[in-house]
Amino acid sequence: MQKKEMLAVEMINISKEFPGVLANDSVNFSLAQGEIHALLGENGAGKTTLMKCLYGLYHPDAGEIYIKGKRFNVTSPNIAIENGIGMVHQHFMLIPPFTVAENIVLGREPRKNGMLDQNKAILEVEELSHKYGLNVEPRAKVQDITVSMQQRVEILKTLYRGADILILDEPTAVLTPQEVKELINIMKNLTSQGKSIIFITHKLKEVKAISDRVTVIRRGKVIDTVETAGATEAGLAKMMVGREVVLQVEKGQAAPGEIILEVESLKAKDERGLPALTGTSFQVRRGEILGIAGVDGNGQSELAETLIGLKRPTGGKIVFNGQDIANFSTREIIEAGVSFIPEDRQKRGLVLDFTLYENLIMGQHYRPPYASGININYRRVKKEVQRLIKEFDVRTPGEDILARALSGGNQQKVILAREFDREHDLLVAVQPTSGVDVGAIEFIHNRIIEQRDNGKAVVLISLELDEILSLSDRIAVIYEGEIVAIMDSEEANEDKLGLLMAGAGNRKEMGGGVE
Amino acid sequence: MLNNIIAVLNTTLRLATPLIFAALGGVFTERSGVFNIALEGIMLIGAFTAMAFSYLFGNPWIGVLAAMGAGMLIAAIHAVISIEFKANQVVSGTAINILAVGLTGFLLGTMFEHAGQSPSVNKVAVLPIPGIKEIPVLGDIIANHIPFVYLALLLVAVSYWVLWKTPFGLRIRAVGEHPAAADSVGINVKKTRYIAVILSGLLAGLGGASLSVGLLGIFVKEMTAGRGFIALAAMIFGKYTPQGALLAALLFGFADSLQMLAQTIGIDFIPRQFLIMFPYVLTILALAGVIGSATPPAAGGEPYDQEE
Repeated sequence: MQKKEMLAVEMINISKEFPGVLANDSVNFSLAQGEIHALLGENGAGKTTLMKCLYGLYHPDAGEIYIKGKRFNVTSPNIAIENGIGMVHQHFMLIPPFTVAENIVLGREPRKNGMLDQNKAILEVEELSHKYGLNVEPRAKVQDITVSMQQRVEILKTLYRGADILILDEPTAVLTPQEVKELINIMKNLTSQGKSIIFITHKLKEVKAISDRVTVIRRGKVIDTVETAGATEAGLAKMMVGREVVLQVEKGQAAPGEIILEVESLKAKDERGLPALTGTSFQVRRGEILGIAGVDGNGQSELAETLIGLKRPTGGKIVFNGQDIANFSTREIIEAGVSFIPEDRQKRGLVLDFTLYENLIMGQHYRPPYASGININYRRVKKEVQRLIKEFDVRTPGEDILARALSGGNQQKVILAREFDREHDLLVAVQPTSGVDVGAIEFIHNRIIEQRDNGKAVVLISLELDEILSLSDRIAVIYEGEIVAIMDSEEANEDKLGLLMAGAGNRKEMGGGVE
Repeated sequence: MLNNIIAVLNTTLRLATPLIFAALGGVFTERSGVFNIALEGIMLIGAFTAMAFSYLFGNPWIGVLAAMGAGMLIAAIHAVISIEFKANQVVSGTAINILAVGLTGFLLGTMFEHAGQSPSVNKVAVLPIPGIKEIPVLGDIIANHIPFVYLALLLVAVSYWVLWKTPFGLRIRAVGEHPAAADSVGINVKKTRYIAVILSGLLAGLGGASLSVGLLGIFVKEMTAGRGFIALAAMIFGKYTPQGALLAALLFGFADSLQMLAQTIGIDFIPRQFLIMFPYVLTILALAGVIGSATPPAAGGEPYDQEE
C-alpha cells in the first residue's frame, strides 16, 4: 500500500478483447508522480486501447486500475476526469464551429442565472493559459486556429478540469519540428508544476528526447519498462518490433532521366470551396523521387487528387509525358500511365468488403488479361492474383478473403501490388506507410526505391519528415498551396524544412529551385 | 388594396404558426445530430389527438396537452429506434409518417364513422391582447390571433436562448457536431439526444394541435398535407437556427396566404391547382438556393457508437 501511494497511476493485469483481437493482454503499467512516461509501440500494438481503459472510454475485461493509490472502476470518462486524469486524443476532440473558450469549458460550463457565463469562461481560459504558458486566443473559433494551437486547447481542456495526470496520444504527429520542440518545453514545464504525463508514441527519437521512463508494448503485451537514459534507439526498436530493424533506408545514387511530369501553376479548391492550391509548380524526372514535405492541410490532399483526376483543377497545367492531363478523367489518367497510392487506403484504396482478388484487379478489371469481352475471366484473374500476392508478400490465407480482414500493412501491400503491376511511368504515393508496422514500412520503402531504380518518376507526399528525408532525391516544401522551396535532399535537414513548412522561410533566399 | 395586404399578412401569421412549431422542433433534433423527418407524422398525430381530446372533454386545452404528450411519445419511439438501436433515421421517420396516416385515418373512422373528417370540436379562443389592436395597420395584422400564434413567436425566442445562451444548448450543439468530443468531456450523448428528439416531438405535436383545435376546429384526414416537410425545409432554409426558421416559416406562410387570396378574389387566368402548388414550389426553390450555404451539424444522422 505504501508503494502505491507513490504512484500516480497503476494498472495491473489489464486485458481487453475486441472481436478477433486481444488488444491488451495482462498489461501492467505504472506512472510515477511528476514523470514523463513514454508508451512506445507500433500502430495497433494496444497503446491507445490501454489508455482508453484508463480514461474510461473502454471497459477492460479484466484487471485493476489504481489512481493515486486508490482502486477505481473507471466506467466513464467522468470518473477519470474527477480523479485528475486528462486525455489529449490523437484525433482532436474539438468542435470546429465552437470558440476556444466554449471547447474548453464544455461539460463544466461556468453559469450565471442558469445561463452560460461566456465572460467567466474567457477569463478562466486566459488565467490558465497564462499560468502554464500555453498561448491561445479564447474568442477564436477552433476551425480558424492552427493545429498546434488546437493542441494547446486540448491540453488546456484537461487542465481546466483539474487534471494532474495527462495522457497525450501521439501528440507530435501533426506538428512541425519546431512545434515539437515547443511541445517538449510545455511538457517539461507541466511536470515542473507537479503534473505527471503519459506520452503515447511510435517515434523513438521523441522517446529519447522527452521521457524519463519508457514502457514498450508489442501486440497487446508489455515487453519491458526501462529508464530512458539507459536505453538506445536501436534497442527500443528491437523491443518494439521483436527483431533487429534497419532504421536507415539503403538507397543508391539516383540516375534521373527526362522530365516525366511538369506541374505548372496548378490551382484547385478544397471541399469547402476555398483555394487549396494557389499556383503549385514543380517537375519530376524519370528515375527520381520528389518528396513533398508540409504540415497537414497545406494542399497535399488536393495536389494528389488533381494529379489522379479525382478533383478538377481550377487553373494551371499538368503535363505528363508531353500531354496536358489536367482535365482528363481518372480512368484516362490511369491509362496514360499514372499509378496512385492514396492517402486513406480504407476509403480510396480498397473496397473493404470485396475479396483480395476483386481489389487487386480493380481499375484493370475491364481489360485483358482480366476481362474478355464483357466478362471477367475469373480463372485468369485468380492466377494473376496469386502471382501478385506472392510477389508482394501479402500475408493472407488466400486470395478470396475480404480486404477488411487484413492488417494495415498487408492492405497497403495489396494496393502496391495493384498499382505497381500495371504499365506506368509515374507513381504518386501519398502517406504510403501511415499506420503500418515497421516490417511493412521497410518493405514499402524498398519497393518505392525499386520503382525509382526501374526508371519511374515518383512523387512522394508525406507528413513524416523522416520518410521524406530518407527516400527523396529532391524535396519540395508545400505551404498554403504553393511550393515554397525545392532542394536536393543532401542540402535538406529537419530544421530547414521545419521552418519552411511553417511558412517562416524567406522564399527568395531559400527557394532556389522554384520556377 | 391596403385591406388585401393586411388580410394577407394577418393570414400569413396564422398559417405560419404550425410551421414555426414544427421547424423549432426540427432545429432541436437536427442540432443534436438526429434526423427527424417523422415531424410530419407527429404533427398529424398531434392534430388528431388534440381534436379527439377536445371532442371528449369539451376543452381544447386538454386537447393541446394531449397533443404534446402524443408528440413526445411518438418522438420517443423514433429516439429509441435511432439512438438506442442505431437504425437508419430516415427509414424510421418514414415508417412513423406512414403509421401516422394509417393510424389517424383508422381512428377517425372508428370514432366518428366518417371517412373524411371529424365533427366540429371546441377550438381555442382568440386571445385579445389589450392595447395592440389600436396600433394603426400593424394592429390589424398582429391583434386578435389565437394564443398559438403568440406562443410560437415566444418559443422562437426561448429556443434561441436555450440553444445559444445556456450550457444545455451548448451541449445539444456539441453532440450534434462531434459526439465523440462531447463524450470525452463527460457529456451523456444519448441522454442529450433523447431530450432533443423528444422535445422536437412536443413542438411538432403542438404544431399539429395548432392546426386542428387552433385554426380549424376540426380534424381532416391527412390535414397536415406535407407541412411537417415544409417545416423541415424552413429549418434548413433558416440555417438550423430558430430565428432563421421563423423567417422561413413566415415566407412559406406568406406564399400559402397569397394563394388563398388569389383564389378568393377570383384570379382565374392561373389554374387553381397551380396556385395551390405555389408554396411547395417555393419550398423546392428555397432549398435549391440554400444548399451549400447552410452548414448542417456535422454529425447529423450518424448514430453514436462509443467503442468504435
